Amino acid sequence: MSITSEDLLREKRRASVPKARRTAVYVYQTPLRIWHWVNALAITVLAITGWFIANPLPSLAGEASDHFVMGYLRFFHFAAGYVFAVGFLFRIYWAFVGNSYSRQLFTLPFWRRSFWTELWHEVRWYAFKEPEPHKYYGHNPLAHLFMVVIITVGGLVMIVTGFALYSEQTGLGSWQDELFGWVIPLVGQSQDVRLWHHWGMWVIVVFVMLHVYTAIREDVMSRQSLISTMISGWRMFKDDRP
Amino acid sequence: MPTTETFYEVMRRQGITRRSFIKFCSLTATALGLGPSFAGKIAHAMETKPRTPVLWLHGLECTCCSESFIRSAHPLVSDVVLSMISLDYDDLIMASAGHQAEAILEEITHKYKGNYILAVEGNPPLNQDGMSCIIGGRPFVEQLQEVAKDCKAIIAWGSCASWGCVQAARPNPTQATPVDQVIRDKPIIKVPGCPPIAEVMTGVLTYMLTFERVPKLDRQGRPVMFYGQRIHDKCYRRPHFDAGQFVEEWDDEAARKGYCLYKMGCKGPTTYNACSTVRWNDGVSFPIQSGHGCIGCSEDGFWDKGSFYQHVTDTHAFGVEANADKVGLGAVGVVGAAIGAHAAYSAIHRAKQQDNQPSDASPAGDDR
Repeated sequence: MSITSEDLLREKRRASVPKARRTAVYVYQTPLRIWHWVNALAITVLAITGWFIANPLPSLAGEASDHFVMGYLRFFHFAAGYVFAVGFLFRIYWAFVGNSYSRQLFTLPFWRRSFWTELWHEVRWYAFKEPEPHKYYGHNPLAHLFMVVIITVGGLVMIVTGFALYSEQTGLGSWQDELFGWVIPLVGQSQDVRLWHHWGMWVIVVFVMLHVYTAIREDVMSRQSLISTMISGWRMFKDDRP
Repeated sequence: MPTTETFYEVMRRQGITRRSFIKFCSLTATALGLGPSFAGKIAHAMETKPRTPVLWLHGLECTCCSESFIRSAHPLVSDVVLSMISLDYDDLIMASAGHQAEAILEEITHKYKGNYILAVEGNPPLNQDGMSCIIGGRPFVEQLQEVAKDCKAIIAWGSCASWGCVQAARPNPTQATPVDQVIRDKPIIKVPGCPPIAEVMTGVLTYMLTFERVPKLDRQGRPVMFYGQRIHDKCYRRPHFDAGQFVEEWDDEAARKGYCLYKMGCKGPTTYNACSTVRWNDGVSFPIQSGHGCIGCSEDGFWDKGSFYQHVTDTHAFGVEANADKVGLGAVGVVGAAIGAHAAYSAIHRAKQQDNQPSDASPAGDDR
């Protein structure tokens, strides 16, 4: 058995590892992970049905009583909307009772200088200007910013405009109207609320594309796990360097 | 004019029979969505209450509201309604003219201080000191403010008085301004539409005279009884919408069969009005029934919401005009391509890094 230079190097590196060696951290608790995937499903259903509500499928022949296409599309849109809204409320609740990572969606360390320098580092990593990214237990600063703006703020805008539009059919005096009806005159009129709801959908669709891509890319190229973390909850690190 | 004369006395004087009068009362009760017992209450009110003077001013507008109003069929015919409300000033249809006409305004506003209703058709333009609309040699905005000062309530007839309508469409050179932004200390009932439905106009007036109060209004100041629901909610073509049966082109088979006009840009789903229930011209028809989509004429700023034939408004920003869905699809394409390119470059970059450096010294080196 011979000792190669490679073995020596490995031995040397092992010696320099901090005493508190952490290769895995439990980040995303079970209810939060369930929320993530339910939310993902709800957004998918909402975007697809929403598109077909705005741009209906080709017209059907026969009696009106033979079909209920728009009716079903709208039903699934509203059902998924309720799931999304209830999930959003649950997510706020979980920020209070969950671990510290569960609060990231609602807190942005706007005034912390290191947040912005690290965010810039992350941007440079995506622009191939940095050899490797930093390690993060929770979201990296770039992802953190996007999550707060798109999922928290954007999600809230979609819920508010969505329920305002929904209140138009539940009618004056319904709880949807009492809670969200004020949005319509605030924005202008019903048609303007629709417009904002449309734009919101496209913002979220583009975000989902970027989110899925960066999750896969980070899983492959960064120093930590991403996709499996949202399944098991454990953040695995691929190296022991800080 | 004797000030104590009641509505009923006026009607009888004008040759309306007791029978017609009672019919009018029950029809009005029905039109207002009230129970049968209210017919008697309306009759009683008409027999005992002195007529409330109405001053009807015309600002920047096209008189389509008046054209609509005089075609009211239920509650009865227009001349009954006209005598009912004691229309003391309406420069469009009054017999007198000039100083004689203007003197009436003075007289009524003094004699009935705080007790007359001001109906405004059109709106005041505020630019160039209001010179774009001159009534009796003075800007309309002055006349409006003077008459509004002592009125009981204001009815804003039509989209002009309610929202601004076509003269307030971008870029609004005369700064035509809806009534509620000029008069802020009076209850204002908005009766939008271009024009509003005749029966809605007379219905609102009758309600106010009968119950001596402003009808229940929604957040935007419109009477709930006529503007509480969208055209879409009561449209007789709604089953075709729910089924997914749409007109795709103006002359296709679906158009002949009377399918839903949603894909042709019908604004019914975003328009609050009573067209699909009350309809027009004695209930003969309304736009959707005659095969054309609703253009949303009773909605705020309907001239500035893009084409009448698309239900998603174009967005104007940075000097370009674009459809949200087209831009959205474009953005998805661009972002998708960018992701693909970035992924490919990432792979090449990683491969290069691994070629250049021995694996154990790689920055992303692992312990595997």
